[in-house]
Amino acid sequence: MRKVVLQLEDGSQFEARSFGYEKSVSGELVFYTAMTGYPESLTDPSYKGQILVPTYPMIGNYGVPSDEMVCGVSKFYESERIQCSALIISDYSENCSHWDSEQSLGDWLKKWKVPGLCGVDTRALTKKLREQGSMLGKIVFDSEDIPFYNPDEDNLVAQVSTKEPLTYGSGRHKVLLVDCGMKNNILRCLLKHDVSVKRVPWDYDFSGEDYDGLFISNGPGDPRQCGATIEHLRGALQDDRPIMGICLGNQLLALAAGASTYKLKYGHRGHNQPVVIPGTHRCFITSQNHGFAIDETTLPGDWEVMFRNLNDGTNEGIRHKSKPFFSTQFHPEASSGPVDTESLFAEFVKNMADYDRK
Amino acid sequence: MTESKRILVLGSGALKIGQSGEFDYSGSQALKALKEEGKFTILINPNVATVQTSEDIADVTYFLPITPYFVEQVIIKEHPDSIMLAFGGQTALNCGVELYRSGVLEKYGVQVLGTPVQAIINTEDREIFADMLRSIDVKTPKSVAVNSIDEALEVVKEIGYPVIVRAAYTLGGLGSGFCNNDEQLRELAESAFTYSPQILVEESLKGWKEIEYEVVRDCYDNCITVCNMENFDPLGIHTGESIVVAPSQTLSDHEYHMLRQIAIKIIRHVGIVGECNVQYALDPDSDDYRVIEVNARLSRSSALASKATGYPLAFVAAKLGLGFGLDEISNAVTKVTSACFEPALDYVVCKVPRWDLGKFEGVSKLLGSSMKSVGEVMSIGRTFEEAIQKGMRMVGQGMHGFVCNHIKVPDIDFELNNPTDKRLLAIAQAFDEGYSVDKLHDITKIDKWFLYRLHNIWSYKKRLEAVDSPENLDEELMRGAKRMGFSDHQIGSIIYRNSTLSDSHEAGLRIRSYRKNMGVLPVVKQIDTLAGEYPALTNYLYLTYNGTQNDLEFEKDGKSVVVLGSGAYRIGSSVEFDWCGVTAVKKIQQMGYRAIMINYNPETVSTDYDVCDRLFFDELTLERVLDICDMECPKGVIVSTGGQIPNNLALLLDRQGVNILGTSAQSIDMAEDRQKFSCMCDRLGIDQPRWKELSRMEEIHDFVREVGLPVMIRPSYVLSGAAMKVVSNMDELEDSLRNAAVVSKEHPVVVTEFMQKTKEVEIDAVAQNGVIKCYAISEHIEYAGVHSGDATVVFPAQKLYYETIRRIKRISRQIASELNISGPFNIQFLAKDNALKVIECNLRASRSFPFVSKITKFNFIGLATEIMLGKEVEAFGKNFADIDYVGVKCSQFSFARLLHADPVIGVDMASTGEVACIGDNYYEALLKSMLSVGYIIPSKEKGILISSGPSYSKVELLEASRMLVESGYKLYATGGTHRFLAEHGIETIPLHWPDSKKEGPNVMEYLTGHKLDLVINIPKNNTQAELANGYTIRRTAVDHNIPLITNARLASAFIYALCKIGVEGLAIRSWKEYRLSE
Repeated sequence: MRKVVLQLEDGSQFEARSFGYEKSVSGELVFYTAMTGYPESLTDPSYKGQILVPTYPMIGNYGVPSDEMVCGVSKFYESERIQCSALIISDYSENCSHWDSEQSLGDWLKKWKVPGLCGVDTRALTKKLREQGSMLGKIVFDSEDIPFYNPDEDNLVAQVSTKEPLTYGSGRHKVLLVDCGMKNNILRCLLKHDVSVKRVPWDYDFSGEDYDGLFISNGPGDPRQCGATIEHLRGALQDDRPIMGICLGNQLLALAAGASTYKLKYGHRGHNQPVVIPGTHRCFITSQNHGFAIDETTLPGDWEVMFRNLNDGTNEGIRHKSKPFFSTQFHPEASSGPVDTESLFAEFVKNMADYDRK
Repeated sequence: MTESKRILVLGSGALKIGQSGEFDYSGSQALKALKEEGKFTILINPNVATVQTSEDIADVTYFLPITPYFVEQVIIKEHPDSIMLAFGGQTALNCGVELYRSGVLEKYGVQVLGTPVQAIINTEDREIFADMLRSIDVKTPKSVAVNSIDEALEVVKEIGYPVIVRAAYTLGGLGSGFCNNDEQLRELAESAFTYSPQILVEESLKGWKEIEYEVVRDCYDNCITVCNMENFDPLGIHTGESIVVAPSQTLSDHEYHMLRQIAIKIIRHVGIVGECNVQYALDPDSDDYRVIEVNARLSRSSALASKATGYPLAFVAAKLGLGFGLDEISNAVTKVTSACFEPALDYVVCKVPRWDLGKFEGVSKLLGSSMKSVGEVMSIGRTFEEAIQKGMRMVGQGMHGFVCNHIKVPDIDFELNNPTDKRLLAIAQAFDEGYSVDKLHDITKIDKWFLYRLHNIWSYKKRLEAVDSPENLDEELMRGAKRMGFSDHQIGSIIYRNSTLSDSHEAGLRIRSYRKNMGVLPVVKQIDTLAGEYPALTNYLYLTYNGTQNDLEFEKDGKSVVVLGSGAYRIGSSVEFDWCGVTAVKKIQQMGYRAIMINYNPETVSTDYDVCDRLFFDELTLERVLDICDMECPKGVIVSTGGQIPNNLALLLDRQGVNILGTSAQSIDMAEDRQKFSCMCDRLGIDQPRWKELSRMEEIHDFVREVGLPVMIRPSYVLSGAAMKVVSNMDELEDSLRNAAVVSKEHPVVVTEFMQKTKEVEIDAVAQNGVIKCYAISEHIEYAGVHSGDATVVFPAQKLYYETIRRIKRISRQIASELNISGPFNIQFLAKDNALKVIECNLRASRSFPFVSKITKFNFIGLATEIMLGKEVEAFGKNFADIDYVGVKCSQFSFARLLHADPVIGVDMASTGEVACIGDNYYEALLKSMLSVGYIIPSKEKGILISSGPSYSKVELLEASRMLVESGYKLYATGGTHRFLAEHGIETIPLHWPDSKKEGPNVMEYLTGHKLDLVINIPKNNTQAELANGYTIRRTAVDHNIPLITNARLASAFIYALCKIGVEGLAIRSWKEYRLSE
């Protein structure tokens, strides 16, 4: 395997070997602590512009499943392609083994022209990111030097959102899904219910649309880049039709309601984040992937905190006090991760049914 | 639920196969949690060697049997308001279920904390349980409960072969196995019915992946899975017999979370509050699954999961039992985050079981659906290669890793198809023979991912083989080898394969020095439960080469003391050394030093990271201990509290300049080396049994002619007498020598004269600069010939002459002085009349240190530690022979698990655990102690069989037999015994030998018909037919769960206690209530 160097914004370097595509790239380095789910994470559009560092050392063990489509949605992937800029791991499983594996992780990275580095002390790298905060990094092959790149300065959502409206299912409740970089499992989770989904681009003006419920997806980057979505949401908040948001959707809803957001030091990325319903002992283990959070102190009076992170007390979800609007910072659709909170989709569907009856 | 104030905790009793040290760990943690909440705790556990029965752990401790009778007595006396059943394994659980069913708990108003008993009962009955799971759409194997063999044969017509047969309510798969046809089914079902009135016939899922989840639920219905684990060995090999990795390696995210969700669904439905373990079979070719087992209590797997993740499951489960929510408990490692989370690992752990099957005659070595391993190790690495090679070294069975082993498997294909503990060696050999991963997968069904990883190790060995001198070993190749988990020894054995080096350690040491010069060094990583996401001041550490940065900096101030742990539990080295290690650690801390523990046994308290200042969960090899000493620069290393593994390292470490604290390495060597020790004894005028180290047959014959038969045969440097044997005729002699030669090629055989009808006496003592500071003399009930680890030991000695005691003290003083002992030591003597011969001398803590420390209430290890750290101590003034009570230590055997093994005790150790109880007199202590290891008070409706063997044991048992008849017991006897007793006016009912074709009642009918409550069978060295009959009686008794005694002196003592004291005469008194003297 070819030797290559990972350079960090602070001047530090990590020697590595390449097992993916060989090209120089730069982006924001982020670590995630999940022990499974690399095919899902790599195809998660929320990782757009980022260089992923799984803390689990052996990656690639079970290969990569096929790109088979079921009812217009990829069966195994969270979007149609690898989204992150590069993958950095400790130990690569060159030989993989799984009944649904179609290719190795290395081959898959090559196919999508994404570099993969192994042989890195990912724990040391993680500790650096934890102590100094997420930072920019670049992978330099030979003399092909490139500048550092900060994805937060770009509108990443525009890059990953669907370009055209798409429709799925034929159920009773009409969901309008604003795709800010949607994970496919949101679609799969919605379609388990009696719904039909119209998936629209992030800046789609849905004010005149006929829908029963509005869904704001997850997505990459700084929520403040999505001015158009926030604008359209403000309109929806005047309305009484149910709204649910996830991750970036949570932040956009908060911004539309008048609250503000901020960037976390190193974010939450993993499968083991506990959240609690404030004032109760009720907790859930959640899948998370975010670098920004809602500043709870700025939340307007007609909104309340729905979930809070048990470890660091940051906001994990908000709810309108009287209207059927709620959103979560974590990922109830999981994939990858624990599915403990999938019932929130049912709650959203129930809200639509209740609204229907009115 | 009312708030609990006085809580009774049941321990698990003696260690046995399927229920080992993990319950000392879980009980200790639970007691710690209860104490933290200010609860008054009462512990019942006769296991004297455990940490949980130390002072200051429970408020009150009872060394009593964990049976409904004794627990009820303790409840009456202590009036607890609550009881915890989940921390003492199946023993505590079964006892709790009985107390619940009989209404005892309700009668005395004792509430069960944690999981309700009914929920436990529901998970234990497979049929009820399968129905419960079906009702929530969770799949279980097709399974039918049957009550007869005919029914079993009927249902298999529907299920189809192969099937698995299981007995309900048993430990670790007792009485279960696979059947491919009617004949096998009939045989297995018959045996299974002896353990349980109901057996299950199930579809076989052989070859499926075996996955486990550890799930926790609190009273608010919050659920988490702390860890999942994947078995390297596919289904078909009991999880206790499997190599297990955590986290799972070959599961996709979908599979991982599908099984996780089902586990949570189950724990909610069952209503567990605390911890439970769910085992799955997962189809390797789809996401189909079956739930195969749920344990509604802390288990071996949960102990492993705790160590694997750093999540203190038992501690948390105890808190949940008190009604706390997960969100109210903080993460023990980070302190700043909550216990309501799922640990993220950034390393892989590998559990490797340890077997000691070589110690048993007749036992099958095949791994199957019932558990035979006696211990386990856990290795940690950042690649599977690194972890598995560490693990293979840790089990301590002569392997240097996956490759570079001298042990060879004779038939690779047979081994692969019929796996034993040598299966990994067979895989390595198969790679040598050119087998592909695909082919190996087809044969073994081991997931290809594991095989690929093993192949990586093998390929790397090939790369190293291309190098013929260390000069050609460049840094990259060296680093690569270390990342693959190669030890310096392995690398050395490859690089120096053509050189002749002075000794086997030389090659490794040379590689070590090359490697250090190159700067190829291991790094220290922390286990912090969150994969580095939060800062943690954790002291739970391991070493790896798959990394470039240390997680912490070392003080190197000489204020730390390294304690070497005892490694895997095995026959001969068990929880007693964990107690010694933990005790030393506490004393070190009290004296103002930092205590550093090195150990890798997940079943121990010493590997709890909050026990010491720094825990290196890593190898106890010369290489690794030196690595750690290089980092720590400690004041010194304690090698005398961890049994034989650290003891064997003493001289090697000393030669490398490591400071051995206490007795010098040279003195240790002097005691270990038979020749040197003997010369010393001769010089001091201390008698030993005549012995010679011989390597030629003629010499052996000459020596045997000189001393006469029987003789004892053994290899040098033994701990529990591996391959040790007494032979009483020439045929046996020839036989054993053939076996001994295989075990230790390089070592000559030691032949020792064997003394019959001789007492065995031990002294446990602590000395400083050669002067004894405290001592305890105990005696064995059995005559010499029973390994000291199997013998029943009485302390203080009750039946020794004053002159004998005087001589013991004199000899011990001489030896202590000559070897300038500073620390613990143990000497074993043979005593006949007043003549004493020394048979063994260990300059380390012995198995009986916790026993004598707890009986005397004087901490021998505490004193020894002070001495080793250089503190001048006073001699302890009290004479322990004067104490007002008696302690008796009894051994626990696990023959029931070891199919076909002859359940007889001899010079080779066979017991897996021990207990000790205290009484006002010898017989009271003995009876309590024997009731603690599974003997029962025989019912007068059933009977007692005596088959008393050779004439001297017939005489020995004469009075005992009379006493039994006078007490109204129905006594049965085999031919000779019947005649002998009749001649002496004792009437017995004669039973024919098993092989007898004669009319009339046969022993077998009484055994299999469960008409006996005790079998006394004394083996006799006689004709083959008599031997075979004896074996059949003993084995059948064990297979039918009928208590068996095979030693006449023990049998006689037991009967005396039974008749003279009886269960009514056993005082229910706590440890504290026994006072040294007024």
